[in-house]
Amino acid sequence: MSKRRKGSGNSFLGTLGALVILCVILTIASRNFLTYNNLMSILKQTTFTALTSIGMLLCLITAGIDLSVGANATFCACIVGMLVNGGMKNSFVLIIVALIAGAAIGLINGLLLTRLHLPHPFVSTLGMKNFLWGAGLLVTGSQMISGFPDGVTALGVATVAGVPVSFIVVVVIYIIMHVLLTRTALGRSIYCAGGNPEATRLSGINSANVLTFCYVVSGFMAALAGIVSIGRSGICNGANAIQPYDTDAIAACVIGGASFMGGKGTMLGTMLGALIIATLRNGFALLSIDSSVQNMVLGLVIIGAVLLDVVRETMAQKARRKEAAAQA
Amino acid sequence: MSEYVVELRNATKTFPGVVALDEMQLAVKPGEIHGLIGENGAGKSTLIKVLTGVHQPDKGEIYVNGEKKIFRNPNDSAAAGIACVYQELNIESLLSITDNIFINKWIKGKSGLLDYKTMHKKAKEVMASLGQEVEPEKPAGTFGMGVQQMIEIAKAVLIDAKMIIMDEPTSSLGEGEVAQLMKTCRELRDRGIGIVFVSHKLEELFELCDRVTVIRDGKYIETRDIDGWTNDSLISAMVGRTLDNLFPKEFGAKGDAALKVEGLEEGGVLFDVNFEAYNGQILGFAGLVGAGRTETMRAIFGADPIDGGKIYVHGKEVQIKSPRDAIKSGIAFLTEDRKGQGLVLEQSIPNNLILANLQGFTKGLFLDEKLIEEKGWESIKGLQIKTPILDEITGQLSGGNQQKVVIGKWINTDADIYIFDEPTRGIDVGAKIEVYNVMNRLVKRGKCVIMVSSEMPEILGMSDRVIVMRGGRIMADVERDSKHFNQESLMKAAWGGTLDE
Repeated sequence: MSKRRKGSGNSFLGTLGALVILCVILTIASRNFLTYNNLMSILKQTTFTALTSIGMLLCLITAGIDLSVGANATFCACIVGMLVNGGMKNSFVLIIVALIAGAAIGLINGLLLTRLHLPHPFVSTLGMKNFLWGAGLLVTGSQMISGFPDGVTALGVATVAGVPVSFIVVVVIYIIMHVLLTRTALGRSIYCAGGNPEATRLSGINSANVLTFCYVVSGFMAALAGIVSIGRSGICNGANAIQPYDTDAIAACVIGGASFMGGKGTMLGTMLGALIIATLRNGFALLSIDSSVQNMVLGLVIIGAVLLDVVRETMAQKARRKEAAAQA
Repeated sequence: MSEYVVELRNATKTFPGVVALDEMQLAVKPGEIHGLIGENGAGKSTLIKVLTGVHQPDKGEIYVNGEKKIFRNPNDSAAAGIACVYQELNIESLLSITDNIFINKWIKGKSGLLDYKTMHKKAKEVMASLGQEVEPEKPAGTFGMGVQQMIEIAKAVLIDAKMIIMDEPTSSLGEGEVAQLMKTCRELRDRGIGIVFVSHKLEELFELCDRVTVIRDGKYIETRDIDGWTNDSLISAMVGRTLDNLFPKEFGAKGDAALKVEGLEEGGVLFDVNFEAYNGQILGFAGLVGAGRTETMRAIFGADPIDGGKIYVHGKEVQIKSPRDAIKSGIAFLTEDRKGQGLVLEQSIPNNLILANLQGFTKGLFLDEKLIEEKGWESIKGLQIKTPILDEITGQLSGGNQQKVVIGKWINTDADIYIFDEPTRGIDVGAKIEVYNVMNRLVKRGKCVIMVSSEMPEILGMSDRVIVMRGGRIMADVERDSKHFNQESLMKAAWGGTLDE
């Protein structure tokens, strides 16, 4: 009798393979792809999606979803913009306010689900997305705002030996979240609360708090993404709230092995997913592909990833049956 | 014309590497109730799925009224007159009874639109013929399980089924509903329909069936007229060995009152519930379905809020506001609904085993993977959980083995008071005995065990003391050596009678 199932790393290797193949194709298609500067710019592009994907992944593991991550990031950037317009120049205060705002919005999403018992968070976070879109435009008077202090933009701008600091921060956060998910009681509770909240509650775990935690993390990371976006673009713009940021985050998670049924997904896979999305977008830009076509391809990538998830599941079940037979 | 309405001959069905059916046979006469029994994993589900066209056998033939048939899909099987009422009903609870009955067989008027007037009338008629006076316009979900099951049977009647398979039809019904179902089965039999009745409950087979077939390990064992079977012969045919004692009761040493409940109240559900449970004993809770036994346990465990009452653990009053508090006080609660409330099916065995005691498996900030693996193997060996690997997904295990995982989860909490709510429901005889042995070991170690069960033989076989509940109240408290410790007296109390001294 074996201890562990073999080949559980297959889906990770598959995702890594997809990224490598994508890079090979782009290297052949464009002379400018495989240059240090371009690769660093991909990492820079990865940051935003990677951050919003963290919360998205936690929510997906609990069989939920957070469709407000993109709008939340934009809204938090707009809050900072509003304060800058109002004369606030202290970067530390600005960043703290943004992070608190993001986390608070996540908390509301969580409480709507766990305390007011709204059904699937699909609807409540979709409502939140629209609310934040409007709120972002309201606080900025529908104007683009620039002139942010250096302390705020630093996270999106600074580099170490050409490597964007924001990406280094993301890697650190991913390592922390990976350890949290795989090695701690809280992480195990997140996977279990997603699979069966009632059984988890009756096992003495406060499922409601575990779920709320996931949405708070999601809001917090979205705020961080918002700060990064200020640094990268130098502005904040409430209209960005309806950009397909949420879709990119979902795509990154699903490509990385998460499932809408909950209970699955890893930080490592999600990082690869975010890299694939950023590389695709970068490749489109290098090859001057129209943005409408970009959106179509990304849509197909999501559908393909979900399809892959279904196929993987079927194959895993078959393998399990064979394994059981071999034991018998 | 054949003697049999449906006959399956030498059917073999293999899944990759697994022989689910091995030269299986089953022959059902028209106008008989044919019991089908076997342990979990014996091949009952596969057999049903072959007969209903869900699976195609690799080898073997199916004859309907002596005519050879090949079922490529469930429609072929239905067209041949075979219907099945699955354990998990296929009822759309928001749709009306009529819609449920006529799903996919809609009656259309001249205009091509659905003719609800005719459908309602027919639905009412067919439900009435099954002894159900209902308004077919009402959503199916507003009716109880008994009526919902009749809706499924009505579907079968409506397609003029020659044979109806009922897969554990009584497992989710109350006593009255079971009686009604049996009445309906007999009426259907008298109309010449063959019924295959799958059940784990031997008493039901003896009460209802004309003949019984036993299968084991995918193989056909034997078919006999019901008079040719006894309890013992059925069980030994089913498990392939004789079980000397279905209830291997062992006695522990009675200790102090581990749990004391005083004046427990829950609006409209529980009324002034008082009792004590002792270390080293199994306290049985008997009663009809809906007597408030599960509600009492949920209230003690903090799963539902209570309106009044005190709970003492080892003589000390405890405040239990959530399951978390209860676990901290040393109470473990094995819920009756294994899949809905006991397990996270998508997660691995170890993840489920540690769920109720994550802190106990944490070293510093992190989970102690080594300890988890060690304890995991300990549970698998100690409880005889049959699994190919430690990290198996719990949902892939059979019902009995899933139940053992839940038991393992609670044993890992190292509680002092173990509440088992219907611990052997839906698991096979062999697994039942293993569950009883777990309880025996617990009381021998001086733990307090409370067992809620609707199976009277189980209550009598395993309990040191029995409390009978009815309508949210305690009706009787009977010691094992009392003259009232018998089925008649306990049932009398469960139905509202009083026990004379």
